[in-house]
Amino acid sequence: MTGVGIFLVLLFLGFVFGRLAEKRHFNSLARREKLAANLPAVNMKVLPVGLGECRTRLVSGNVVISIDYYKKVLSWFRSIFGGELRSYETLLERARREAILRMKAACKLAGGKIIVNVRIETASINRYSQNRSSVAAVEVVAYGTAVIPYGLSKP
Amino acid sequence: MIVTTLEHVPGKKIKKHFGLVQGNTIRSKHVGRDLMAGLKNIFGGELKGYTELLSESRQQATERMLAQAKSLGANAVLNVRYSTSSITQGAAELYAYGTAVIVE
Repeated sequence: MTGVGIFLVLLFLGFVFGRLAEKRHFNSLARREKLAANLPAVNMKVLPVGLGECRTRLVSGNVVISIDYYKKVLSWFRSIFGGELRSYETLLERARREAILRMKAACKLAGGKIIVNVRIETASINRYSQNRSSVAAVEVVAYGTAVIPYGLSKP
Repeated sequence: MIVTTLEHVPGKKIKKHFGLVQGNTIRSKHVGRDLMAGLKNIFGGELKGYTELLSESRQQATERMLAQAKSLGANAVLNVRYSTSSITQGAAELYAYGTAVIVE
Protein backbone atom coordinates (compact mmCIF):
# COMPACT_ATOMS: atom_id res chain seq x y z
CA MET A 1 0.00 0.00 0.00
CA THR A 2 2.79 2.42 0.93
CA GLY A 3 4.51 1.43 -2.29
CA VAL A 4 1.52 2.53 -4.32
CA GLY A 5 1.35 5.74 -2.29
CA ILE A 6 4.98 6.59 -2.98
CA PHE A 7 4.50 5.74 -6.62
CA LEU A 8 1.52 8.09 -6.93
CA VAL A 9 3.31 10.89 -5.07
CA LEU A 10 6.36 10.56 -7.32
CA LEU A 11 4.12 10.48 -10.36
CA PHE A 12 2.37 13.65 -9.24
CA LEU A 13 5.64 15.43 -8.40
CA GLY A 14 7.11 14.46 -11.73
CA PHE A 15 4.04 15.61 -13.60
CA VAL A 16 3.81 19.01 -11.90
CA PHE A 17 7.48 19.93 -11.63
CA GLY A 18 8.49 18.27 -14.86
CA ARG A 19 5.91 20.24 -16.79
CA LEU A 20 6.84 23.45 -15.05
CA ALA A 21 10.55 22.95 -15.75
CA GLU A 22 9.87 22.05 -19.36
CA LYS A 23 7.69 25.07 -19.95
CA ARG A 24 10.21 27.37 -18.34
CA HIS A 25 13.01 25.85 -20.39
CA PHE A 26 11.13 26.22 -23.67
CA ASN A 27 10.42 29.88 -22.89
CA SER A 28 14.05 30.51 -22.06
CA LEU A 29 15.15 28.71 -25.24
CA ALA A 30 12.86 30.81 -27.41
CA ARG A 31 14.11 34.01 -25.81
CA ARG A 32 17.80 33.16 -26.13
CA GLU A 33 17.42 31.83 -29.66
CA LYS A 34 16.04 35.18 -30.70
CA LEU A 35 19.12 36.87 -29.21
CA ALA A 36 21.47 34.45 -30.95
CA ALA A 37 19.70 34.63 -34.31
CA ASN A 38 22.39 36.86 -35.83
CA LEU A 39 24.99 34.16 -35.28
CA PRO A 40 24.33 31.41 -37.82
CA ALA A 41 25.39 27.82 -37.22
CA VAL A 42 25.53 25.75 -40.39
CA ASN A 43 26.66 22.24 -41.19
CA MET A 44 28.31 23.15 -44.46
CA LYS A 45 32.05 22.90 -44.81
CA VAL A 46 32.62 26.00 -46.91
CA LEU A 47 33.43 29.33 -45.36
CA PRO A 48 31.17 32.24 -46.23
CA VAL A 49 32.66 34.79 -48.59
CA GLY A 50 33.13 38.39 -47.54
CA LEU A 51 34.56 37.79 -44.08
CA GLY A 52 38.11 38.51 -45.24
CA GLU A 53 41.00 36.78 -43.54
CA CYS A 54 39.94 34.76 -40.57
CA ARG A 55 41.13 32.18 -38.11
CA THR A 56 39.13 29.27 -36.81
CA ARG A 57 38.53 27.66 -33.50
CA LEU A 58 36.74 24.59 -32.25
CA VAL A 59 33.74 25.50 -30.12
CA SER A 60 31.33 23.18 -28.37
CA GLY A 61 28.38 23.17 -26.02
CA ASN A 62 26.92 20.29 -24.08
CA VAL A 63 24.03 19.59 -21.76
CA VAL A 64 22.67 16.63 -19.81
CA ILE A 65 18.94 16.64 -19.24
CA SER A 66 17.09 14.16 -17.07
CA ILE A 67 13.60 12.88 -17.66
CA ASP A 68 11.04 13.23 -14.91
CA TYR A 69 9.22 10.43 -13.18
CA TYR A 70 5.96 11.01 -15.01
CA LYS A 71 7.65 10.70 -18.39
CA LYS A 72 9.43 7.61 -17.28
CA VAL A 73 6.18 5.93 -16.25
CA LEU A 74 4.57 7.06 -19.48
CA SER A 75 7.37 5.40 -21.41
CA TRP A 76 6.80 2.10 -19.57
CA PHE A 77 3.21 2.10 -20.75
CA ARG A 78 4.24 3.13 -24.21
CA SER A 79 6.65 0.25 -24.43
CA ILE A 80 3.72 -2.14 -23.99
CA PHE A 81 1.77 -0.84 -26.95
CA GLY A 82 4.53 0.74 -28.99
CA GLY A 83 4.18 3.95 -30.92
CA GLU A 84 5.38 7.49 -30.71
CA LEU A 85 6.98 8.68 -27.47
CA ARG A 86 6.07 12.36 -27.42
CA SER A 87 7.45 13.05 -23.97
CA TYR A 88 10.92 11.91 -25.01
CA GLU A 89 10.75 13.90 -28.22
CA THR A 90 10.43 17.16 -26.33
CA LEU A 91 13.26 16.10 -24.01
CA LEU A 92 15.65 15.59 -26.91
CA GLU A 93 14.50 18.75 -28.62
CA ARG A 94 15.23 20.74 -25.47
CA ALA A 95 18.66 19.18 -25.11
CA ARG A 96 19.62 19.82 -28.74
CA ARG A 97 18.47 23.41 -28.74
CA GLU A 98 20.24 24.06 -25.44
CA ALA A 99 23.51 22.51 -26.67
CA ILE A 100 23.42 24.62 -29.85
CA LEU A 101 22.80 27.76 -27.80
CA ARG A 102 25.76 26.96 -25.54
CA MET A 103 27.97 26.37 -28.55
CA LYS A 104 26.87 29.73 -29.93
CA ALA A 105 27.68 31.37 -26.61
CA ALA A 106 31.20 29.90 -26.76
CA CYS A 107 31.55 31.21 -30.31
CA LYS A 108 30.41 34.67 -29.30
CA LEU A 109 32.98 34.69 -26.49
CA ALA A 110 35.73 33.91 -29.00
CA GLY A 111 34.54 36.72 -31.29
CA GLY A 112 33.25 34.41 -34.04
CA LYS A 113 30.78 35.48 -36.71
CA ILE A 114 29.58 32.09 -37.91
CA ILE A 115 29.92 28.42 -36.94
CA VAL A 116 30.55 26.03 -39.82
CA ASN A 117 30.52 22.25 -40.05
CA VAL A 118 28.37 21.79 -36.96
CA ARG A 119 27.92 18.25 -35.65
CA ILE A 120 25.41 17.17 -33.07
CA GLU A 121 26.04 14.05 -31.04
CA THR A 122 23.55 12.40 -28.70
CA ALA A 123 24.30 9.86 -26.00
CA SER A 124 22.05 8.31 -23.40
CA ILE A 125 23.23 8.10 -19.83
CA ASN A 126 21.76 5.20 -17.96
CA ARG A 127 22.61 3.68 -14.69
CA TYR A 128 21.16 0.47 -13.32
CA SER A 129 19.07 0.07 -16.41
CA GLN A 130 17.26 -2.95 -14.97
CA ASN A 131 16.39 -1.09 -11.82
CA ARG A 132 13.51 1.28 -11.29
CA SER A 133 15.66 3.77 -9.40
CA SER A 134 17.79 4.26 -12.47
CA VAL A 135 19.17 7.55 -13.61
CA ALA A 136 17.87 8.16 -17.09
CA ALA A 137 19.21 11.16 -18.91
CA VAL A 138 20.37 12.23 -22.31
CA GLU A 139 23.52 14.13 -23.22
CA VAL A 140 23.75 16.25 -26.33
CA VAL A 141 26.96 17.86 -27.50
CA ALA A 142 27.05 20.30 -30.38
CA TYR A 143 30.40 21.25 -31.83
CA GLY A 144 31.67 23.12 -34.81
CA THR A 145 34.26 25.51 -36.12
CA ALA A 146 33.90 29.15 -35.17
CA VAL A 147 35.09 31.50 -37.89
CA ILE A 148 36.72 34.59 -36.42
CA PRO A 149 37.59 37.48 -38.75
CA TYR A 150 41.05 38.87 -37.99
CA GLY A 151 39.88 42.46 -37.79
CA LEU A 152 37.44 41.68 -34.98
CA SER A 153 39.20 39.06 -32.91
CA LYS A 154 40.84 39.69 -29.60
CA PRO A 155 44.61 39.00 -29.47
CA MET B 1 47.82 24.38 -32.41
CA ILE B 2 44.88 24.78 -34.76
CA VAL B 3 41.92 22.54 -34.01
CA THR B 4 38.99 22.51 -36.41
CA THR B 5 36.09 20.40 -37.62
CA LEU B 6 36.87 21.49 -41.19
CA GLU B 7 38.98 19.49 -43.61
CA HIS B 8 41.25 22.43 -44.29
CA VAL B 9 42.55 25.55 -42.63
CA PRO B 10 41.19 28.58 -44.44
CA GLY B 11 43.88 30.38 -46.40
CA LYS B 12 46.57 27.83 -45.60
CA LYS B 13 48.06 24.89 -47.45
CA ILE B 14 48.62 21.49 -45.89
CA LYS B 15 52.28 20.54 -46.12
CA LYS B 16 52.35 17.17 -44.45
CA HIS B 17 49.89 14.56 -43.20
CA PHE B 18 50.54 12.48 -40.12
CA GLY B 19 47.34 10.44 -40.14
CA LEU B 20 44.86 9.88 -37.35
CA VAL B 21 45.45 11.11 -33.82
CA GLN B 22 43.13 10.25 -30.99
CA GLY B 23 42.47 10.74 -27.34
CA ASN B 24 40.04 9.08 -25.00
CA THR B 25 39.00 8.98 -21.39
CA ILE B 26 36.59 6.82 -19.46
CA ARG B 27 34.83 8.38 -16.53
CA SER B 28 32.51 7.19 -13.86
CA LYS B 29 30.28 9.41 -11.76
CA HIS B 30 30.72 9.45 -8.03
CA VAL B 31 28.01 8.59 -5.55
CA GLY B 32 27.18 12.16 -4.54
CA ARG B 33 26.52 13.20 -8.07
CA ASP B 34 24.40 10.14 -8.65
CA LEU B 35 22.32 10.85 -5.57
CA MET B 36 21.47 14.30 -6.85
CA ALA B 37 20.80 12.87 -10.28
CA GLY B 38 18.41 10.36 -8.72
CA LEU B 39 16.45 13.22 -7.18
CA LYS B 40 16.44 15.12 -10.43
CA ASN B 41 15.09 12.03 -12.12
CA ILE B 42 11.83 12.62 -10.29
CA PHE B 43 11.49 16.29 -11.11
CA GLY B 44 13.24 16.41 -14.45
CA GLY B 45 15.61 19.13 -15.60
CA GLU B 46 19.28 19.60 -16.28
CA LEU B 47 21.84 17.48 -14.45
CA LYS B 48 24.46 20.20 -14.04
CA GLY B 49 26.98 17.86 -12.39
CA TYR B 50 26.83 15.50 -15.32
CA THR B 51 27.06 18.32 -17.83
CA GLU B 52 30.25 19.55 -16.17
CA LEU B 53 31.69 16.08 -15.81
CA LEU B 54 31.20 15.24 -19.47
CA SER B 55 32.43 18.63 -20.58
CA GLU B 56 35.62 18.22 -18.52
CA SER B 57 36.14 14.69 -19.77
CA ARG B 58 35.73 15.74 -23.37
CA GLN B 59 38.27 18.49 -22.77
CA GLN B 60 40.67 15.90 -21.42
CA ALA B 61 40.16 13.60 -24.40
CA THR B 62 40.85 16.56 -26.69
CA GLU B 63 44.00 17.42 -24.76
CA ARG B 64 45.25 13.86 -25.09
CA MET B 65 44.60 14.00 -28.81
CA LEU B 66 46.50 17.29 -29.06
CA ALA B 67 49.41 15.89 -27.06
CA GLN B 68 49.68 13.04 -29.53
CA ALA B 69 49.58 15.48 -32.44
CA LYS B 70 52.26 17.58 -30.81
CA SER B 71 54.55 14.60 -30.28
CA LEU B 72 54.31 13.92 -34.01
CA GLY B 73 55.35 17.47 -34.75
CA ALA B 74 51.99 18.61 -36.14
CA ASN B 75 50.73 22.14 -35.79
CA ALA B 76 47.06 21.49 -36.62
CA VAL B 77 44.40 18.84 -36.14
CA LEU B 78 41.73 18.79 -38.84
CA ASN B 79 38.30 17.22 -39.16
CA VAL B 80 37.93 16.64 -35.43
CA ARG B 81 35.07 14.40 -34.31
CA TYR B 82 33.75 13.56 -30.88
CA SER B 83 32.05 10.38 -29.92
CA THR B 84 30.52 9.10 -26.71
CA SER B 85 29.77 5.54 -25.75
CA SER B 86 28.65 3.95 -22.52
CA ILE B 87 30.96 1.12 -21.60
CA THR B 88 29.51 -0.35 -18.43
CA GLN B 89 26.72 0.87 -16.22
CA GLY B 90 27.65 4.24 -14.85
CA ALA B 91 30.73 4.81 -16.98
CA ALA B 92 31.10 6.57 -20.27
CA GLU B 93 33.91 6.87 -22.76
CA LEU B 94 34.60 10.19 -24.38
CA TYR B 95 36.61 9.93 -27.53
CA ALA B 96 38.08 12.60 -29.78
CA TYR B 97 39.87 11.97 -33.04
CA GLY B 98 41.17 13.93 -35.98
CA THR B 99 43.88 14.17 -38.60
CA ALA B 100 47.23 15.66 -37.61
CA VAL B 101 48.89 17.83 -40.24
CA ILE B 102 51.46 20.54 -40.72
CA VAL B 103 50.10 23.68 -42.31
CA GLU B 104 52.28 26.47 -43.52
